[in-house]
Amino acid sequence: MQITLTVNARLHTLDVDPETPLLHVLRDDLGLTGSKIGCAQAQCGSCSVLVDGVEQRSCVMPIEEAGGRTVVTIEGIGDSAHPDPLQLAFIDEQAAQCGYCVTGMIVAAKSLLAANPDPSDAEIKEALAGNLCRCGAHLRMIRAVKRAARRQNGA
Amino acid sequence: MHKGPVAASTGEAEASSFFGSLPTRLDSWITIDRAGQVTAYVGKVELGTGVETALAQIVAEELDVAVESVSVVQGQTGITPNQGFTAGSQTLQSGSPPLRKAAAYARLILLSAAGKRLNAPVGSLAAHDGIVSASGTDRTITYGELVNENLFDREIDQNVPLKKPSQFRYVGKAVGRVDIPAKVFGTFAYVQDMKMAGVWHGRVIRPAAVGAHLERVDRSSIADIPDIRIVQERDFLAVAGPDAWATIRAARALKTSWSGGALPAFDRLYTDMTTGPTTEDVIAKKGDVDRALAADAHLLNATYMWPFQSHGSIGPSSAVADVRPDRATIWAATQGVYALRGAIAKLLKLSEDAVRVVYVEAAGCYGHNGADDAAADAALVSQAIGKPVRVQWSLADELGWDPKGPAMVMELRGVLGAGGKVAGWSYEVWTPTHVNRAVGRPGNLLAAQLAGLQATEGWAGGGDRNARSNYTFANERVVVHWKPTSALRQSALRSLGGAQNTFANESFMDELAFAAGADPVAFRLAHLDDPRGRAVLEAVARRANWQSSKAARSATDGATVTGRGVAFARYDNESAYVAAVADCELVPSTGAVRVREIYIAHDCGQIINPDGLRNQIEGNAIQATSRSLKEEVRYDRERVTSIDWESYPILRFPEIPDVHIELIDRPDEPPLGAGEPTTIVMAPAIANAIFAAGGIRVRRVPFTPERVRAARNAS
Repeated sequence: MQITLTVNARLHTLDVDPETPLLHVLRDDLGLTGSKIGCAQAQCGSCSVLVDGVEQRSCVMPIEEAGGRTVVTIEGIGDSAHPDPLQLAFIDEQAAQCGYCVTGMIVAAKSLLAANPDPSDAEIKEALAGNLCRCGAHLRMIRAVKRAARRQNGA
Repeated sequence: MHKGPVAASTGEAEASSFFGSLPTRLDSWITIDRAGQVTAYVGKVELGTGVETALAQIVAEELDVAVESVSVVQGQTGITPNQGFTAGSQTLQSGSPPLRKAAAYARLILLSAAGKRLNAPVGSLAAHDGIVSASGTDRTITYGELVNENLFDREIDQNVPLKKPSQFRYVGKAVGRVDIPAKVFGTFAYVQDMKMAGVWHGRVIRPAAVGAHLERVDRSSIADIPDIRIVQERDFLAVAGPDAWATIRAARALKTSWSGGALPAFDRLYTDMTTGPTTEDVIAKKGDVDRALAADAHLLNATYMWPFQSHGSIGPSSAVADVRPDRATIWAATQGVYALRGAIAKLLKLSEDAVRVVYVEAAGCYGHNGADDAAADAALVSQAIGKPVRVQWSLADELGWDPKGPAMVMELRGVLGAGGKVAGWSYEVWTPTHVNRAVGRPGNLLAAQLAGLQATEGWAGGGDRNARSNYTFANERVVVHWKPTSALRQSALRSLGGAQNTFANESFMDELAFAAGADPVAFRLAHLDDPRGRAVLEAVARRANWQSSKAARSATDGATVTGRGVAFARYDNESAYVAAVADCELVPSTGAVRVREIYIAHDCGQIINPDGLRNQIEGNAIQATSRSLKEEVRYDRERVTSIDWESYPILRFPEIPDVHIELIDRPDEPPLGAGEPTTIVMAPAIANAIFAAGGIRVRRVPFTPERVRAARNAS
């Protein structure tokens, strides 16, 4: 089945099984491995991407549902040449250990800051409640999100 | 110029492949290219704890180069030294000293060569950022200009002088981790992200029950999925195909039938552990414990239990194997490339020389998770289909089949004597070995077991870690009962038995302190001679503003009560010192526990990177809080049933406590590992806080609401 979608500002037309999870299309067909393989059942958030600006679990979204929509992955949020304030803040706060969950965290935080540019600690914790970190870098991630918010707000 | 390790060869005795045999030639450890770029070769690997950066700092320090000009090659058979496993918080503690020495010696050799080239006495030379200058002249020469093919082809002088802490530029500084930028940009390639031309994707179909035999495979059930190959060797069953998603569909759709297989009853776990044959080790014996215990009518006794726990890696294990008829390459997130090579070579029936194992970082493993097993899966499938194969485990594979951190039972008896001090202390622990790594033993790999190879007994280890406390008691006996079997396949999980034993020791110290009417901190100090141990306890008490208290509050219904608990240990009895205070909220009527604040004082000798260290301490504190409050592997009579994040919950953001850290730096002492120590004090600090809050003594991990309610009813 032919499906057309926009990923990181580029239009792609793919001939795929419509039930293929978006995550597999991103990783296997488009080579975007910044979205990670985690639980494959929307319980951990390592695969999170923005679909039309909202955080979605790409592991359970059939590609069919992504058709005609705009997907932004961690690679589209920013890169070393054009980093997103969140990415800079995660580096500044050294907010990672193994770092496997980090790209999903940044996507979730991006979604949060779009809706709430100045979140409290409690609001950040609530917004990231669906994203699992096993290493225990949570406190640094909370600080990183606050730092990015300050930077975005020009503080 | 790099010649690879000399002494680390193949086919050595198992012990030497476990502990590693170190090369003594300089170019086995360090090379420099003509552009001045330094490469360090280490047998330890970055597991996400930041050691790659810390090792680069150490090399930069002794070599007088910028940290950015050092790259670290980790864990590749034939290329890096065999330094055994990256485990036991040993990378900086025992893994870094030979590298540090090599870097210092390399600097000496470079200065000597510079002296000749600059026609200046070596004593007049100084090196900075890889440039040597002669004092009183404007003559300089770079390391890159000095190196040649043979410069580092020499024995390291083991007596080479090392820098003094007062001279340090990089060691002891919060250098940013070299791996974090790529990780936040999503460009860092974990083993799960490996791409390779022509690679096929493999999935293993797990037995319906542990030990079950595969009776039938219905190939027609996946006939509609193109290009799928089925690989079967006895009870090892996998599917492979060129497309990852199609392979997953095939693995889900394939109809199979299995016979036999069983697990022991879950609710008999702790009874089974303390009955049946064991081998005894008396690891401490002082005075006459039996007499001391018999002399007092007020004998205290308590039994503590710790369940099986999973490593719980967020990214399920993955590996890539390219097996040819005469050779093989394995890319795996293994903690020991040489040990795995030995096992894989036997599994594939190749010589060790024909197998290359390359470390590629994965999601955090926290010990012996599914990484080695995934490597064996990939190797078997690749050999069967004659193509490179990438195997990706599912979360159910990881939580269901990773080797579990062992369940343990700890039984304590104690009496108080004159002055409220402990007069007798008897400690008994029942544990299986925590060391079931595939050290050249393919039978310890899951795929090999399914294919019919027998697991071989390792040596009894890990379960005795921190069984003995670091306190001084007049009469003491510590006995380890080694169980030859385990209900679930088990191996090393962060701190091995350190967490279980410290939970028991430090909870019981609290029980005795309460019986003595003593303040828990003061009671510990009264039994602790080691000044560094006393210093961390005193530091954590200061930081937490500890107020002396002698009695637990009584439980009241409905309301939320608060309490704080303390715990202390010296990891592995001779590594880092750590003390914790936990502030908890408890609702006695529901059993709900919440950890609000954690205070840690930590002394791991010389600090290499204070921010990296804080990151480790925070991570240990949070992960161990999760293990204490929530984590327990459950199983029925067939297989593990806690196989997703709902049935095996871990701590989530809203439940995360604040962590306050007091670092004690001792730059003149050797560095001690920090990857595990904080883990071991968390469960007892929380248990003691629950007691202080509501008078409820929890002796079984995890402290779920139902367990806390049960403990309340029992007390």
